Amino acid sequence: MTYRKRKKKTYQIKKYIPFYLMMMPALIYLFINNYMPMPGLVLAFKQYNVREGIFGSPWVGLRNFEFLFTTNDAWVITRNTILYNLAFMVFGTVCAIGAAIILNDIISKRAKKAYQTIILLPYMISIVAVAFLVNAFLATDEGFINNYIMEPLGFEPISFYMEKKYWPFLLVFLNLWKNVGYNCIFYLANLGGIDPGYYEAAALDGATRWQRFSRITLPFLNPTIITMTILAVGRIFYSDFGLFYQVPMQSGTLFPVTQTIDTYVFYGLMGGGSMGASAAAGFYQSLVGFVLVLATNIIVNKVSKENAMF
Amino acid sequence: MVENRKGYNILIHAIMVILCVLCLAPFVLLISASLTSENSLLADGYFFWPREFSTEAYEYLMSGDSIFKAYGVTILVTAIGTALCLLVTTMIAYPLSLPHIPGKRAISFLVFFTMLFSGGLVPSYMMWTQIFHIKNTLAALILPSLLTNGFTIMMMRSYFQINIPGEVLESARIDGAKEWYILFKVVLPMSLPILATVGVMSGITYWNSWNNNLYYVTDPNLNTIQGLMNRMLNNAQYLKQLAVADSANMSAPTASVRMAVVVLGTVPILCVYPFFQRYFVKGMTIGAVKG
Repeated sequence: MTYRKRKKKTYQIKKYIPFYLMMMPALIYLFINNYMPMPGLVLAFKQYNVREGIFGSPWVGLRNFEFLFTTNDAWVITRNTILYNLAFMVFGTVCAIGAAIILNDIISKRAKKAYQTIILLPYMISIVAVAFLVNAFLATDEGFINNYIMEPLGFEPISFYMEKKYWPFLLVFLNLWKNVGYNCIFYLANLGGIDPGYYEAAALDGATRWQRFSRITLPFLNPTIITMTILAVGRIFYSDFGLFYQVPMQSGTLFPVTQTIDTYVFYGLMGGGSMGASAAAGFYQSLVGFVLVLATNIIVNKVSKENAMF
Repeated sequence: MVENRKGYNILIHAIMVILCVLCLAPFVLLISASLTSENSLLADGYFFWPREFSTEAYEYLMSGDSIFKAYGVTILVTAIGTALCLLVTTMIAYPLSLPHIPGKRAISFLVFFTMLFSGGLVPSYMMWTQIFHIKNTLAALILPSLLTNGFTIMMMRSYFQINIPGEVLESARIDGAKEWYILFKVVLPMSLPILATVGVMSGITYWNSWNNNLYYVTDPNLNTIQGLMNRMLNNAQYLKQLAVADSANMSAPTASVRMAVVVLGTVPILCVYPFFQRYFVKGMTIGAVKG
């Protein structure tokens, strides 16, 4: 390398130093917050004790996993996590597209904006607040439903927090209630981009409303539907912790239908369950979740390359 | 389209009105309950207007100082957290949006990978508490998991890539501007929509966060308003414990006080958010564009 070339190279690197300095804070943060905990996953293979810390604690091989999978828990939390997520995905997409189409068809700009603001409200408040709102409706003694619907109609009051059968519907409904306004933003943006000429031409040719929807609207929305579904499938092993922890108010009777991997891990960590099984469940979640993301991406790469994430 | 345009119009407005009622009704119930006397709540239950109007819940709350402290902590955490988020995120998103930074691909991958794989709650909790000793500090409410993330960084990077023309940066460089100057004086003024979006998202996240309070805080002085709500949800007596020192002679109107705290925790967002909704919606659609 000649002198001049070398000088040029050091000059070039010097030129980039400010960029690396700019990136430093975020990289340090991501390193600490996201990367440093990763080796801690080995805890799943250890008998944890506080004195010796994560890395000093003795190895126990697969005993934590044996403990987790010999109980019924592993099956229940996996089933709940996946089934709820599937329900959220299917109903969430259908409702979001429906809301987006309706909003898009509303001509008055002011009405459209008002509707959108209102249906986005539930997304903006914390899940703890949602738990209180739900409680105001469902509480056995003071709840609205028991006092103003069941009693006047002559029915016995319902102890919602003791009855498993209502919760799958309630949780799916709440997820929709909270997220439809948010999810429909993405579809609404797409609908705005469709040339009205298509619809006019179709109407002239005598296409029914349904045909216009299935032949024009849906194909336009497909890329967004696929992208959102991939993201959701990738996260299918992760549940909305707040929804499952706060809203059922930790009622033990409801655990068979409300316990998900995340709440299970939390209870283990906070002393309400077994620490070893909790670490094992966390490991299981990280690993299977990761494999699912990769697998989904490979499939999407094969089916429609432009929608793949990487 | 002519066939039954009018009927269709009525139908879609009717559907939206029903949806809006569904979305608003719980808030009406909430506010009404917080303004109802405790006796009426216990006797008649929660209803959409106060059967017996009373401000005792708010009076009770104001008599202690825990609600004011919680407000103070929440506002402080939200302000610091949002500012840090904006600073740190723009500082990494700008270089990543440029074409010729050596190592850019590797760094982008490191950022992206955080969206795919995580250590999960147990190791994170142990790291923050045992290595960084974060328990019962203000930092516990700001740092763990909330500050920035791969999604936000990628969203901002896409915005820069699409909206900041290379020629503008190039001409600033030719004029002898330093990169720091370019970032803060050229790029950021051109990026107000995305800054507003990320700022609103981050602000709402911090205001609504209760997880960190639940995991890392036991000191009641560090309760955020959401943290307070979280503790009250499962322990109706919680507020009584806190307020008992200064209001031993008042009996706690527990049912209405719970609702009053929730009103105080959500109403600020409900009031402020419609003004920022524009940015929120706009930014999400920018983020949806693949960079």
